[in-house]
Amino acid sequence: MTLLPPFQTVLDEHAAPVMGILRGAVGREAAEDCFQETFLAALRAYPQLEDARNLRGWLLTIAHRKAIDHHRARGRQPVPVAEVPEVAVETGPEPDERLWAAVGALPPKQRAAVSLRYGSDLPHAEIAAALGCSPEAARRSLHEGLKRLRKELA
Amino acid sequence: MSTPTTVTAIDEFKARAAHEGLLDVAYTTTDSPFGRLLLAQTKRGLVRVGLPNQDPDALLADLAARVSPRVLEAPAELDEVRRELDLYFAGKLDRFDLPLDWRLSSGFRQRVLRAIDRIPYGQTRTYTEMARKAGNERAVRAAGSACGSNPIPLVVPCHRVLRTGGALGGYGGGLPMKQSLLELEGVLDEKSSS
Repeated sequence: MTLLPPFQTVLDEHAAPVMGILRGAVGREAAEDCFQETFLAALRAYPQLEDARNLRGWLLTIAHRKAIDHHRARGRQPVPVAEVPEVAVETGPEPDERLWAAVGALPPKQRAAVSLRYGSDLPHAEIAAALGCSPEAARRSLHEGLKRLRKELA
Repeated sequence: MSTPTTVTAIDEFKARAAHEGLLDVAYTTTDSPFGRLLLAQTKRGLVRVGLPNQDPDALLADLAARVSPRVLEAPAELDEVRRELDLYFAGKLDRFDLPLDWRLSSGFRQRVLRAIDRIPYGQTRTYTEMARKAGNERAVRAAGSACGSNPIPLVVPCHRVLRTGGALGGYGGGLPMKQSLLELEGVLDEKSSS
């Protein structure tokens, strides 16, 4: 068993990326709530965590579940997009609100895959770990998500 | 790095964690005349005071390993500890009224520390007396090492324990700090001892 670091250091290191993917997954407003739910669930389970080597993957998995819970609670209403943004999907460092709104309207798996890839810069293997699926399935979700976004935003 | 929204969300998360009883170890740092102190508290009470010459990260890692990894910075939880320490350093408090968590010491060491906790403000005792109070008069060296390993210095006043004959002995925060604390409490005149 690896020694668990004080939870504060986990928070310091991962708060920003977790907030980043949650904003992509559920939108700016709901992200705060999902963020709290994510870290509360993590803090509850933390002492029993057996392996401290992939804390980021662990947190992102929880965040992903909280985002899904959020969408289920809202009856999977798609986020309305007022106007189709004229930007490429692989945009620069400034997250575009309308782009992320379109990402938020994707089906859950595709949305999570796109958020994890472009919101958090995760490689396919880590996305797969976070989604609890095979790397091929993760790649496929990402591919489908991007295809759909390209069509939506074209 | 954290945006204002993230900061609010973090604060809110910590408030909810405290409310749900998930704050196993709350800590903060505070300024003192001797430098920055680390203060850590469990639900039982104050568990650790880190002196300025001790590495806070190492102390926090130790708390995570020995008490619980649910260690979070939560200054508001330690308001009362900070308040009493400020008064003490200002010479306006001669008795701490704080619940203590003794779990970082055990056996003979803990008995020595509990005996030290009863030494009144402005008085001193010897290592021998502390060994006797803890039940083994001959274990003077062990009593000295119990003082040296005191997890709650200042509040458990190991600075009030001297060598027989009046020499200062040792102090985890360094002898100048021990000297100053004894001056503050009116035990030593300034520069009367070396």
